[in-house]
Amino acid sequence: MLASLLSYGSPGFLALSAAAKSVFFVFLFSLPLAGILTWMERRQSAMMQDRLGPNRANIGPFRFWGIPQFLADAVKMIFKEDFVPPEANKFLFALAPVLAVAPVFIASAIVPFGAPLCLDRLTEVVPGGACAKPVDLQAAHLDAGLLFYFAISSLTVYGAALAGWASHNKWALMGGLRASSQMMAYEVTMGMAVMAMFLLYGTLEPGAMVASQGDWPWQWGIAGIPQIIAFVLFLTSAIAESKRTPFDIPEGESEVIGYFVEYSGMRFGMFYLGEFVEIIVSSALMVTVFFGGWRFPGAELLASHLPNLLFVLVTVLVWSLKVFLFCSFQLLIRWTLPRFRADQLLRLGWQRLLPISIANVVLAAGWILLRR
Amino acid sequence: MAVTVKTVARPSGIESRSFLLGALHGLWVTFRHLAINWLGNLVGRRKQTKIATLSYPEEKMPYPARNRGLHRLMKRDDGEVRCVACMMCPTVCPAHCITIVPEEAPNGSIEKRPRIFEIDELRCVVCGLCVEACPCDAIRMDTGVHALPTIRRADAILDKEALLSRGEKSTATQGGQGAFWRIRVKA
Repeated sequence: MLASLLSYGSPGFLALSAAAKSVFFVFLFSLPLAGILTWMERRQSAMMQDRLGPNRANIGPFRFWGIPQFLADAVKMIFKEDFVPPEANKFLFALAPVLAVAPVFIASAIVPFGAPLCLDRLTEVVPGGACAKPVDLQAAHLDAGLLFYFAISSLTVYGAALAGWASHNKWALMGGLRASSQMMAYEVTMGMAVMAMFLLYGTLEPGAMVASQGDWPWQWGIAGIPQIIAFVLFLTSAIAESKRTPFDIPEGESEVIGYFVEYSGMRFGMFYLGEFVEIIVSSALMVTVFFGGWRFPGAELLASHLPNLLFVLVTVLVWSLKVFLFCSFQLLIRWTLPRFRADQLLRLGWQRLLPISIANVVLAAGWILLRR
Repeated sequence: MAVTVKTVARPSGIESRSFLLGALHGLWVTFRHLAINWLGNLVGRRKQTKIATLSYPEEKMPYPARNRGLHRLMKRDDGEVRCVACMMCPTVCPAHCITIVPEEAPNGSIEKRPRIFEIDELRCVVCGLCVEACPCDAIRMDTGVHALPTIRRADAILDKEALLSRGEKSTATQGGQGAFWRIRVKA
């Protein structure tokens, strides 16, 4: 009974494997990496500014370059006073941080994070990945793919806007308004950048995108002029979506006060965490669409020599490394470029990037005609 | 003077208005610092990195040679305290932190010596005037040690023994070199 319920291809099996993949992505990859990124943001920015950064936190004699700092930070956040302004709307005030984090995790379901696993031939060499019972390392196989990502991740704007509104604070409300106007502006550009890639790939499904890319960098999605433009546009709007410097006027901690000014303790921590998870998921998408996903030079050769399980583990590691590098690159940008003014930001979004992204769609169409 | 308006030329052209080249240049600068500092730290060659941080308890900035630290009392050739209780230092002390109670010296070569010599390090303003006022090189502030933290205020008052514990023999000649030392130095 149970065996038939969980046999390969049955709904029970699909649900269970999707759950397992989600658990891996969210709890074993995103959350630890987000924690490490909070440490890395400080450590990397310190190194960029000729400082040392947090290197003291330790577990007994083990210091690990100060990485346990994020555990100490989490403990601090949990034990801080959880202050709710007396005039605030209690329900929405509690809901906003959840809305800022949860959609990002949901959107991460479409990201493929490794080569397909051959369930029946785990210990055998499977060249070319041809097997009877493949399990794609991708929690949700959606034809809408990237559209699903846009649909869900744009819900985070409700987190920001509700946080601003529910706080019963004029500054927070203004911050929430800035956040919504900014995210609206850059979502369009992001969609148009992906539109160009959709034309070039002929699909919106991230798994199929990775499948159609090759092992070598010139076979990746980035190879080509419209692709490079699309990547720059996607990167820019992804940073704007995650509301980080140089696009951090919704928060603007030091000058304009942001939408989570009234939040403290772990509620603030969730906004903070959501920011880093957004970095991870957008990096994962960039790796998937533009940089070959889990593919790397020599992967095909490796697949014909290593047992399937080992090969899949290697691809997951390579994919993680790529995502990590892109996260680091986003931190580099965050600590290099100064903040835009609100009007400059909207002008850049609507008057510069949007026309360029639309022109890029036309360019991509021409590119396809030329390559034919 | 009439108020005039000076029009500052704003940068024009695609490279400055698109931010792209400037952003790339900035990224290169910060990446270079990151790479040098990170790799230097990784291979354990901190000296070659640009990092300015001093990891304080482990690393300490060396004090300048004339740094004024905790007081000490110098010793005579026979190990006795050099101080002759002339009361110059408590007189000059702006913080009134030095207490001296003199007594008659047992041997006849000097008249007085301090029976009690106490310095309240909490009141001391570390000005160094006592050292300058001392005519016989008895009090010095060249230990390079900070006033130590104490639990009780009374513990911060150093008595003669505590001050002498850091003391050593002075290089100055005991009793001075007499009235004609200039002639002797020349000869």
